[in-house]
Amino acid sequence: MRPLRLSVVTAAMTVAALTAVTGCTEKSSAGADGVVAVTATDTKCEVSKKEFPAGHVELDIENKGSKVTEVYLLFPDDRVVTERENIGPGTKQKVTAEVKAGEYRIACKPGMKGDGIRQDVTATGSGKVAKRDPRLDKAVASYRKYAQEQADATLPLVKVFTEAVKDGDVEAAKKAYAPSRIGWERTEPVAESFGDIDPLVDLREDGLEEGQDLEKDWTGWHRLERSLWQDGKLTARDSELADQLVTDLEDWQNRVGKAEITPTSMANGAKELLDEVATGKVTGEEERYSHTDLVDFKANVEGAEESYELLKSVAAENDPALTEELDKQFAALNTLLDKYRPDTTGYDFVSYDKVGKADRKELSDAVNALAEPLSQLAAAVVK
Amino acid sequence: MTTEDSSDAGIPAGSGNPGSSANSPAPSRRSLIGWGGAGLALGAAAAGGAVAVAGTGDSAAPAAGAGVAFHGAHQAGIATPVQDRLHFAAFDVKTDDRAEFVAMLKDWTAAARRMTAGKAVGEGAYGGLAEAPPDDTGEALGLKPSRLTLTIGFGPSLFDRFGLAGQRPEALVELPQFAGDNLDRVRSGGDLCVQACADDPQVAVHAIRNLARIGFGKVSVRWSQLGFGKTSSTTPEAQTPRNLLGFKDGTRNIAGTETARLKKFVWVGEKDVDENSAWMTGGSYLVARRIRMHIEPWDRTSLQEQEDIFGRDKGEGAPVGKAKERDEPFLKAMLPDAHVRLAHPDSNHGATLLRRGYSFTDGTDGLGRLDAGLFFLAYQRDVRTGFIPVQRNLATDALNEYIQHVGSALFAVPPGVRDADDWWGRALFTSKGA
Repeated sequence: MRPLRLSVVTAAMTVAALTAVTGCTEKSSAGADGVVAVTATDTKCEVSKKEFPAGHVELDIENKGSKVTEVYLLFPDDRVVTERENIGPGTKQKVTAEVKAGEYRIACKPGMKGDGIRQDVTATGSGKVAKRDPRLDKAVASYRKYAQEQADATLPLVKVFTEAVKDGDVEAAKKAYAPSRIGWERTEPVAESFGDIDPLVDLREDGLEEGQDLEKDWTGWHRLERSLWQDGKLTARDSELADQLVTDLEDWQNRVGKAEITPTSMANGAKELLDEVATGKVTGEEERYSHTDLVDFKANVEGAEESYELLKSVAAENDPALTEELDKQFAALNTLLDKYRPDTTGYDFVSYDKVGKADRKELSDAVNALAEPLSQLAAAVVK
Repeated sequence: MTTEDSSDAGIPAGSGNPGSSANSPAPSRRSLIGWGGAGLALGAAAAGGAVAVAGTGDSAAPAAGAGVAFHGAHQAGIATPVQDRLHFAAFDVKTDDRAEFVAMLKDWTAAARRMTAGKAVGEGAYGGLAEAPPDDTGEALGLKPSRLTLTIGFGPSLFDRFGLAGQRPEALVELPQFAGDNLDRVRSGGDLCVQACADDPQVAVHAIRNLARIGFGKVSVRWSQLGFGKTSSTTPEAQTPRNLLGFKDGTRNIAGTETARLKKFVWVGEKDVDENSAWMTGGSYLVARRIRMHIEPWDRTSLQEQEDIFGRDKGEGAPVGKAKERDEPFLKAMLPDAHVRLAHPDSNHGATLLRRGYSFTDGTDGLGRLDAGLFFLAYQRDVRTGFIPVQRNLATDALNEYIQHVGSALFAVPPGVRDADDWWGRALFTSKGA
């Protein structure tokens, strides 16, 4: 879980990345037909052609004006396909995108203001996106199925937890708390892409925004975690919070199927899960009252590994050294985590407040060792 | 950016510490004739030669923005004129795979070659694949090379790995426990180290950050130390910077231009090595000590006592009974436990170190006390005739009441990277039997 503001930003960025259907790699070359020269001046936005084949398109931009400009490729409804900002006078930039057949606009914004000077353009073709590797389509479908399964399996576990809370049974609720979070933690980037659910169910005490009230506005797992471990008692408010948690997670369960998922977002999601570990779990901040951080930690790694395994066959072709390294580092981290649970088939991990500084550093080193190559996975997939 | 691009650089290197004009009453009678001192470094010796070398005006230091050559017989960052800022990192090795470690050393060398020339790592900080994080972290974009030097060293524990035991030089001993040592093991030791010195702190931090990133999975940072102000000069005409106790210390450091003294005291020579340690020829040994200063008690100490403790006067830095900082000290005029007297080569059978230490302040310590001191760095031909006897001799140093050694490490610093095909540690990892 990250603070609210960040979650929203992440969601927005995810959406932007998805709509751009990017693959906007400056190194990959569009065929000559797919190259559109865009000459921007202070008063004009000239394009070398108004029609190009659907698929990979490259805008070769030159700013011949006196003002800094921006160039956009837009859907008819002004949704951004791709963009390049801060193009200085006399400079050239390239921007690329994968586009379906259809109508688009190229807009230049001298001075980086206003709606810009626009040119209508058309991507011609059979109406299909440049063909994606069918293995990647399959990977996305499999991942969507996985995410749905995790949500479906989580709800009953959450209800065990919330029922115990409503019964006022502190011990039973404590026992059910960490298991109720595993499916969520495995697929958190998908939930975060919705923007609104994550802050309702997984907000930490320090994630509240200015003006929000800790007692009134803080909902979700961690609020109940505090009641259970810090306060040691359950109140009528906790029962309300328990019902609210179920409602919010049912919303998540219903929306997983509609999430926009791409091979790139899967790969970046895997990396984000490791970021979650690096910033929240290794430090013991995530589960500051229950100290069940290692359960979340393991679930994050499992979710990242699922994405990776689904993308691996394609990534291995493009960058075999990378997948070799990722196999090694996933195995090393999992082996290390196993030291902290007596039964390697279960999720009973050592309480994180019992994990000393040197051991935390060892875990942190293993996370860095995995996260660094994992950050290269998206590029290896879209190459 | 090119390494020549230095014409509009900021502060000229080696400008030393001009601060005395801001708070310098005319020297009192006592400071001229009383206890004074001729600058030696905290916990180290200086001097050796008899001839003062101040003010030759023959600057060996390039301007602050310029680049320092990465290739050479010796690694840069030792005899190189001392830069203003430091980021020092010690690493633990995390891989058992020798080939993987060697590949990392080659990657590090390539990155170091670029960064010391003011260039970004790999394919740069922007303009690459949109889906991948950039190779370079970007915070040094637009900054000058800032005389960045990157110097690698190998700790004793490295030789327990990769079948290197036979290549461990005899001189790479374990440092003994010295009187008063209160070492934090977490901030001591390390399988290897990188010393990053630059005139711009962001350039030094960028260098360590990018090397650490390249190293993930192979090595991890064990501890690191930022230094904000140099306490030594290897430029003969430069004034000696003051340490955080307010004293000039280390006046007669070995200068980068003193070829004979460098050869005698700093560089490992052919006669110092055997077949198995021949890879160290042209290298040096680095002692790093984190020396915490008890700042607040020191500040409550009378001027007379402060000057007695050092064996020099505070204003000019002159040795006891002398007028000028660089006057040869008369040791017998100092109290028996004066720092300068105990650290001086004449009290240590001529032992002489090249010091490159930096002042540090890591904020406060939770008790409202400044967490500050000297990050002592000293290069020498052999610690057994260098740092170890000097530090032993400092057991009775009056200064010990105000300082405490809290971190310690020793590294074998290999010779320089010769050319574009060479890499850090090549001689070690390709030597016979390695």
